[in-house]
Order: sequence, then structure tokens, then C-alpha cells
Amino acid sequence: MSSNAKHLPSIDAGHYKNTAGCETEVMPIPDVVKISMSQHIGAPCKPLVAKGDTVKVGQLIGDTDAFVSAPIHSSVSGTVVGIETQRSAVGGNDTLVVIETDKKQELWEGIKVPEVNDLPSFVKAVRESGLVGLGGASFPTHIKYNPRNIDDVHTLILNAAECEPFITSDHRGMLEDAQNIIDGMKLIMEYIGLDEAYVGIEANKPDAIALLDKMFAEQGLTNMHTFTLQDRYPKGAERVLVYEITGKEMKAGVLPADLGIILSNVTSVAFVGQYFKDGIPLIQKRMTVDGDAVAQPKNIIAPIGASIHDVIEFCGGYKAEPKKIIMGGPMMGRAIFSDEMPIVKNNNAILAFSKDKAYIPEETACINCGRCHSACPFGLLPTALAEAYERRDAQKLSDLQVMQCMECGSCSYVCPARRPLGFFNKLGKGVVKEAGIK
Amino acid sequence: MDKKYYNNLAVASAPHLVTAMDTSKTMMMVIIALMPSLLVSTYVFGFRCIILTAVCVAASVGFEWLYNKITGKRQTVGDLSAALTGVLIAFNVPSCFPYWMAIIGCFIAIVIVKQLYGGVGRNIANPAITARIVLFISFATEMTTWPVPRMSDIDAATSATPLGVLAEGSAADLPTNMEMFLGFIGGSMGEVSAIALLIGGLFLIWKKIISPIIPACFIGTVFVIALIYYAANGGDALTMAIFHVLAGGVMLGAFFMATDYVTSPIMPLGKVIMGVGCGVITMVVRLWGAYPEGVSFSILLMNLCTPLIDQLCIKLTYGGAKKNEK
Repeated sequence: MSSNAKHLPSIDAGHYKNTAGCETEVMPIPDVVKISMSQHIGAPCKPLVAKGDTVKVGQLIGDTDAFVSAPIHSSVSGTVVGIETQRSAVGGNDTLVVIETDKKQELWEGIKVPEVNDLPSFVKAVRESGLVGLGGASFPTHIKYNPRNIDDVHTLILNAAECEPFITSDHRGMLEDAQNIIDGMKLIMEYIGLDEAYVGIEANKPDAIALLDKMFAEQGLTNMHTFTLQDRYPKGAERVLVYEITGKEMKAGVLPADLGIILSNVTSVAFVGQYFKDGIPLIQKRMTVDGDAVAQPKNIIAPIGASIHDVIEFCGGYKAEPKKIIMGGPMMGRAIFSDEMPIVKNNNAILAFSKDKAYIPEETACINCGRCHSACPFGLLPTALAEAYERRDAQKLSDLQVMQCMECGSCSYVCPARRPLGFFNKLGKGVVKEAGIK
Repeated sequence: MDKKYYNNLAVASAPHLVTAMDTSKTMMMVIIALMPSLLVSTYVFGFRCIILTAVCVAASVGFEWLYNKITGKRQTVGDLSAALTGVLIAFNVPSCFPYWMAIIGCFIAIVIVKQLYGGVGRNIANPAITARIVLFISFATEMTTWPVPRMSDIDAATSATPLGVLAEGSAADLPTNMEMFLGFIGGSMGEVSAIALLIGGLFLIWKKIISPIIPACFIGTVFVIALIYYAANGGDALTMAIFHVLAGGVMLGAFFMATDYVTSPIMPLGKVIMGVGCGVITMVVRLWGAYPEGVSFSILLMNLCTPLIDQLCIKLTYGGAKKNEK
């Protein structure tokens, strides 16, 4: 199913889905893993293990009482050799539990298939699984599945757009793990009480659309539908996806639940389907490893806590000296400063580019072409916002709706003068928040 | 590769991917779009057209290079904006225009109109249009001494432009609309051939370099005003409306000068105001003004209104947000 009623502006950022045909390979357990205690939006976890402790696969090693949080489990069996502090990709510090692996991968005794009979027990089980939004935002999923207006929600939307160039891990997940997706959808719809479900998939993944359509039909799931999205960027941004599928505008700060929608990433839902079968928490992740500096680009399943270096070694190592390594996609991913950083739950790609392909911005003067405005899904005026930011004019930034910006980077992408317009908006939001303008 | 950690990685804000269409490629597209007109002009007026264009490009790029050198600014000639200005200046003068005067025009455009206001992106008025007006006022004779097209059967050293003929009231001597469409008429070097300019303009619209709004509103307004005027005053209204669209600088102005990013509004509604405003001022000058042609004045005036138009037209589309919602 697809509707072509109205589309928000979008851009053609290229697809580069080089690994779409690469069946997922499971990466061997490395000698050491470093498991971060902040793998979700919200309060970081406190380590529950100390140096010298032995741990097993799936064992709870980090948790907190904070509301917005998700517990963290060991991805390996082995011995804790230390608790480290490391500078994080966003600034600030991460606490890392460092585990020397014994390669036996013994399962923790505490693992059991969750028993669920109502919404509270379902939500509790989802929290205990350690699940966070795997599309990139890493918001603890159990909070999403327990909206305040539980009686008003009626529709499940799965985000399977995968609009970021290069990334194919959700695509591979749909092809290789479709039954878990469907089982996850059933559970979510049953316990939250939802009537309809839509899986939003970009048109460049016809095999995934066909497979799900076929399985929905074969299993008589008449209330589950695929929804074909334009294969343009950023159709997978939450607020864009909701608009494309339902026609409803979702301002910044509005939750999908306020519009009657539970929105989840397709890989998160596949995990739900799996977890309620074997009880193994979120300890590994499917991701795309690509970029011109990687010898053998492929899709892999990596244990959480493996270093990016180990991941790239598994993909044949570096083919050329990397100049830029990105966690996530090239449009919204984070350029990291060291390949010693560990894989976290929401990693869906590691991209390494040599200096030939690494884009190092060199800003020139704005020529007022207006392409940034035409590219913005929400019709914001990036040039005017950049000007207001340069003057640190909080009121003007607020008037120009800087808070509506979702930092998709489309404006920066199309800018012929190579101005970091999306980044200015990010900084501009900080100015508005600091000034306390509502 | 051996075990080795890279701590010299480039860290920058997302996105890590950008379009290939940068400023210099954009300018190059516009220059390419002007080439059909240069070819027709060279056919009509002779090889001097190419030399004049080369002189103007060299002078414009040279002045920009020198200005940046002297003031110690980052060199910007690579963005091709100065080269484009050079081509446009050549297009806006008669093909027999003295080189030294053309070079003065380039100086005015690049140094006074563009660089003194802060360089590319910061100028208030279109450099080439302003240069044309300054040259027109400074060297009135040379700027209105039109070479004879090769296919003209008039045996004379100079000819007149169709608008000049019209201003003198001798409507019977006007060229046919087909001659004007092809460009076999007197006029500024690059503005005579409507078909060549149309091809270039449509190419830019197809490549999404320019929006069709300004050219459509500009040309449409000229057409409608001429139609009403001649219908009210007697005469073949349709023929005269087409005549006004094809004559003078409307085609060049509408597709290549009024659409200059820097000096035109970015919001769609602003572009409508820009296009209609240019059309109205052009026709007011042509029909009631002292000069036969008003395209350059119209564009300059609308350039000056652009910041105001942009301010008035800010409309945020998504989320129902209005500008001053407080």
C-alpha cells in the first residue's frame, strides 16, 4: 500500500546500498569487549559488577532506578578486568565495563523466556530485555510501549525506511528475520491494544516489501500492511514517516502516541519477537560495515562492546588509511575520533572513509540560492536561521522555528557553498534553550 | 593491516555526504546555458562577439583576483561567479562596444557592486545589470550604437533596435516576430535571440538551477500588460504582446539576470513578486517612460526590494507555525 496524496520535501542523497545483497555474518567473539553504561537516551547505568567478577552471556551488568533508562547485559562470558572511563563521541565521559572473554559463551542462569499476560508485565519484560530504539535514537523502548494515553493509541507503525545511504542492516533484517518481525508486531499489538499496523519501507527494497506482503497474506494478517515510501531522504525520520503514512503533522515535542500511534524501528520489533522466544536480552546487533577504507564491506552481527577496530578487522581490515569513521549513516551519523570506541546497542552501521572519500567541509559564502529551504522537509529557512545563530539572536531563532529542526542534514547536503547549516540549527537550539524561550 | 588505532581521524558535524553541485558547478551551468545565445550572436554580428566576451570574462576575473589579492581575502575566482558576471556584461552591450569601456563596466560590476559590499553573496544589486546601467548613462552613444545584423538588407553602418524603432513611432518598420524570435535583429550582443535564450533558460530549469517562477511571472506580466495596452489603444494586440516579450532584454533578463540567486527572493511568493514587479516596471518604462527599454532598471529596482520582499514572505509551511507566533 502507498499513498501519494502529499509528500514533504525531500532530497536525493544517493543510496550507495552496496551491501544490500550481503547476507549477515556473525562476528566471532573478540578477546576483550568494553560495554558502555550509557547506551540509551536518559540516565546512564551503574555497573553492577566489579573487577575480578566472572560474567556470563546475558548477565545483567548495569542498571539504574532512573525512569528513562534501560538495563545493560554482558554480551560475552569471561572476567571483568576493570571499569574504565572513556571520552564519549558526544563529549562527556562514558563508563565502560571491560571484560576479558573466555570464548565459551556460557549462557547466564538467570535467562528465561518472559511470562507475560498483560500490558504491565509486557512493558516490564521489554525493559528487562534492555531494548532501546534501534533506529538510532536509542530511546528506551519500554517507555514508548507504555504511553500515558493508552486508550487512544490504535496504530502501530514500523520504521523500515532505512533512508540513510550505505546502511542495509534493516533491509537484511527484514529478509533474514521476517518471522520475528511479525511475531513482535503481534505481541505489541496484542498487549498495547492496537488495531492496524503499517511497515513503512522505501521503494528501493522491493524484495523486503514483497516478502512481508506475502507473509502477511499467508498468515492471514489482514490488519498488517506494508507501506511503500518514496526512496528519498529523509523518509525514515520519525516525523516525516508519520506524515507520509497518516497525513498527520507531528510538530517537534509531539509524541507519536499523541496522534494515536506507536512507532518502532523494524529491528527493535524483530528483537521483541526473538526475545519473547528465547529470553536473551539485547547483547548483539546487526550492522552494515562499509566505506572505501574497508576491505570487505558486509553486514555483520557484532557483540555489543566489541571495538570498532575489531569489527573492521573482521571485515578484512582497512584497505586504506581511514580519515573519517562514522557510527551510523553518513547523513546523521557521528564522526568518531578513535576506532577503539565500542559498539553500542543502536549501531546500525560503521562506515570508514579514506581521505579521498571523507568529506571535510570547507565553507564558502552563501549565494542565497534557497536550495536549503526547498530541501527542508519542514520548510524552515536555514539561511535565515544561520544568520540569527551568528548573531546569537535567541528570539529570532525561536520565531523562525529552529526547534522544529530535526537535524536531518538535508540543508547541509544541498548547500552549494558547503555551509554546515544543519549544525548551525543544532547550535541555535542550544541558544534558544539557554535563553529560556518557550 | 596491522593493529593500529587511528587517533588522527577527522571529526566533523553530520552530514558526511554532500551534493556534487557546489557553487562553481552551479555557475558553470549558467555559463553553459548562455552559450547558445553567444553562438547566435556570433553568427549575427560576427566574431567580435567572442572576443568581447573573452575580454569581459578576463577583466572580471582579473579584477576579482586583484581585489582579493590586495585586500588579503580568500581567493574566490574559482567559484566562477566573476566569470559569469563577465559573460553577462558582454551580453548586455552592443557587439561593437569599445573594449576599454567594457573593461570599465567589469570594474564597476566586480569591484564596486560586488566586492565593496562583501563579495559573492553579499551584493545588493546584480553586478552585470548595474554595470549595464552605469555604462548606458556614461557612454550613451556607444551603448546605443547597434551593429547591423548580417542578414539585414539595410545598407548602413549602424541599425536600430526594434524597441528604438517603436519608440520613434514607426511601427511599420518593425521586424517580424519570427525575426525577433530567431535573433536576426539589432540589439545588445547577447539579448537578440529569444530562442537561444529560451533554450538556455529551459536547460537551467530542467537542471533545477533556477526556479521557473521568476521568468514565468516576468514574461507573463510583460505579455499581459502589452496585450491590455494595445487592445485599449488599438492595434494588433497579440502581435504586439509577443513583440514585447521577444524585444530587448526581457528573455535575457527574465531567465538569467532576475533569477540571480543573490539578488532575488528565495521564497516562492517572493519570486512571484520579483517577477511581476520586473514585468510591470519594464512595461511602464517602455510604454510611458523616456527610454525605449526598461528591463535593466526593473531588475535593479527589484534587486533593491529583495531583502524587504524576503522579510515579508517568510512563511513556515510545516507544523502550522507562523512567523510571529509568540
